[in-house]
Amino acid sequence: MKSLFTFLLFLALSTQAQGKVNIFACEPEWASLAEEIAGGYARVYSATTAAQDPHHIEARPSLIAKVRRADLVFCSGAELEQGWLPLLLRSAGNNKVMPGQPGYLEAALQVQRLDIPGTTLLTVGDVHSQGNPHVHLDPNRLLKVADVLVQRLSLIDPEHATGFQENQQEFSRKLNLQLTEIQPTLQTLKGKKVVVYHDNWLYLWDWLGINQIATIEASPGLPPSGGDLKKLIQRLQNQPVDMIVISTYQNERAAKWLADKLNKPLIKLPYTVGGDAHATDLASLYQQTLKLLSL
Amino acid sequence: MKNLLVASAVLCLPAHVSASTPGTVDANTFNPAVSVIFDGRWSDYDDEFELPGFQVGGEAELPEQDWSWGHNELNVSATLFNQFYTSASYVFTKHEGETEKDLEEIYLETLTLGNGLTLRMGEFFSHIGYHNALHQHAWEFIEAPLVYSGLFGNHIDHEGVQLRWLAPTDSYLEFGFEAGHGSGFPGGSDHDDQAYSSYIKWGDDWSVESSWQLGLSWYDTSFSEREGGGHAHGGGGPAAVFTTQNTDSTVWGIDAVYKWAPMGNSKNQQLILQAEYFERDEDGHVNLSEDANFFNAAYEGKQKGYYLQGIYKFKPRWKTGLRYDWISADNRFSDLIESGVDFDEFSEDTEFNNDNPIKRWSSMISYSKPELWRVRLQYNHIDVAGNVDDQLFLQFTLMLGAHGAHRY
Repeated sequence: MKSLFTFLLFLALSTQAQGKVNIFACEPEWASLAEEIAGGYARVYSATTAAQDPHHIEARPSLIAKVRRADLVFCSGAELEQGWLPLLLRSAGNNKVMPGQPGYLEAALQVQRLDIPGTTLLTVGDVHSQGNPHVHLDPNRLLKVADVLVQRLSLIDPEHATGFQENQQEFSRKLNLQLTEIQPTLQTLKGKKVVVYHDNWLYLWDWLGINQIATIEASPGLPPSGGDLKKLIQRLQNQPVDMIVISTYQNERAAKWLADKLNKPLIKLPYTVGGDAHATDLASLYQQTLKLLSL
Repeated sequence: MKNLLVASAVLCLPAHVSASTPGTVDANTFNPAVSVIFDGRWSDYDDEFELPGFQVGGEAELPEQDWSWGHNELNVSATLFNQFYTSASYVFTKHEGETEKDLEEIYLETLTLGNGLTLRMGEFFSHIGYHNALHQHAWEFIEAPLVYSGLFGNHIDHEGVQLRWLAPTDSYLEFGFEAGHGSGFPGGSDHDDQAYSSYIKWGDDWSVESSWQLGLSWYDTSFSEREGGGHAHGGGGPAAVFTTQNTDSTVWGIDAVYKWAPMGNSKNQQLILQAEYFERDEDGHVNLSEDANFFNAAYEGKQKGYYLQGIYKFKPRWKTGLRYDWISADNRFSDLIESGVDFDEFSEDTEFNNDNPIKRWSSMISYSKPELWRVRLQYNHIDVAGNVDDQLFLQFTLMLGAHGAHRY
């Protein structure tokens, strides 16, 4: 018995002193931002891929093991991961990354959120009482999150604080340059009217000045029924629509049916880093998104 | 026991209380989260629930014939100051016209011990095996696997403490130890009895689409008396009381789960394969009393069983599943004392001296609106030591409120 405890203690201590900061990012966009800011000083792990719906993730043993070793848990937050993240945190026994600690960062809570509902009583589906959590598609909000990330990383790993700052300055300089270049495209998109599958583009539209007039899902997170689609098409018949937008992880069938009915283009956006072959980091994600929207 | 509780109370004092936490947030807006589950059933079968060779206890039984209320649950859970997690489940069932209430689980667990350690105190379902910790609304079939019904009375729970430690390894490796007074089946009825269990769980991914977990479990208790329920034979005669006395009971088992979901989106499609094997060794005495008459004998029993189960969610709202159960007992008796009740009568009344295996095939199909309601149709073909029966169940479950995530 005694030797078992000695062994376990050894195991516990031996893996702690290993230099690099372990970052557990819930979604690829935050993994990508963490790479930009902490690259070289950290090991970054993304809990999900662009092909997964971040609302519904199985709390797999491997994810718990990753949270156990994390120095920073970096997620969209605002209840996006409500169905799985609290369970991972509860199971991992890692006090450094519990809510309230420097090692726990919810990106959405660092910026101004849209669509904060008045009440969430008796609602159905994925309704987020703290507002829409899909904030990363607005580069201005993303840069604010980057600021907070630098502060947090500097608390966790003070030795590399200047490194984080330099990385962030370089990242925002490049991103701002890119945004200036695409300014003309932004003008052409202003005022366009879109129908989306799920409400995960709000901040993109906020940035671009695009109007979202409907969602294909009748209740967020629940697939639309035949009746829902019928009602939707009746509503849309008297309204001008420019395009239907879905992400790569969403069900294409209903959206395709609607696009055919309305005779409007169906645009499949990458939504996050890795969402298509061109969106390999945040800068190219914005670039690719604008390119597809202006086609 | 008392010492353990005091020690645990000291242990769970938070080690790090940070005075200034940048950007403090509280993730849970539904705090406390409250959910209510209604469970309505319609059942059709011929033979009552009997497991020859097993002393049936706990909650192991069939739903009542025709329409009945099943396992209605009220769950309340909350995070307290980001330091503790607490959860309580209250169950309401209707049994032969009477409403029965049961506090299934009520526990407090630490969130901030760190180093992979978590301490839980209260009454809780043991984490041994895979199926044991599941609440009934999360079961894939209307009843527990036979090996759980026969050996555990559906599930083992502890009134005591649980300490678990997650190793800082690349793959998931958890060690758990539980201790409590073993006053629930398969333990005895005395509060002074003790029960201990421990487990190891090991799991990982093969890819984002497929993951697995293996478990090894052990449970041990000693008790002065355990009363078996269930059997009611030869109506009209004197009431017979069947007890197991001064017995050591040890269980060990292995469990394996594999899950697959295309692109890692289990909400749309998922395949779950699972299997568990348990073996129980008991060494003690059996006693059957009918008024002043009784039969007593030394008893050595080995009961074991397994199940194999496959669940396939082929569309977001549709699930179908198949399960095979097998359990068998090997009970031996010596030092017989026949005082008005002989061994044959004991064997006939209790069916405890029956070594024939019990086999069951179950299949089900369910349609659900996720997180709201579910309708399930289940068909069983059961072979109880040669007696064959067909069972049909229709179950409607309504789930209201903020519902916590389910474990893997």
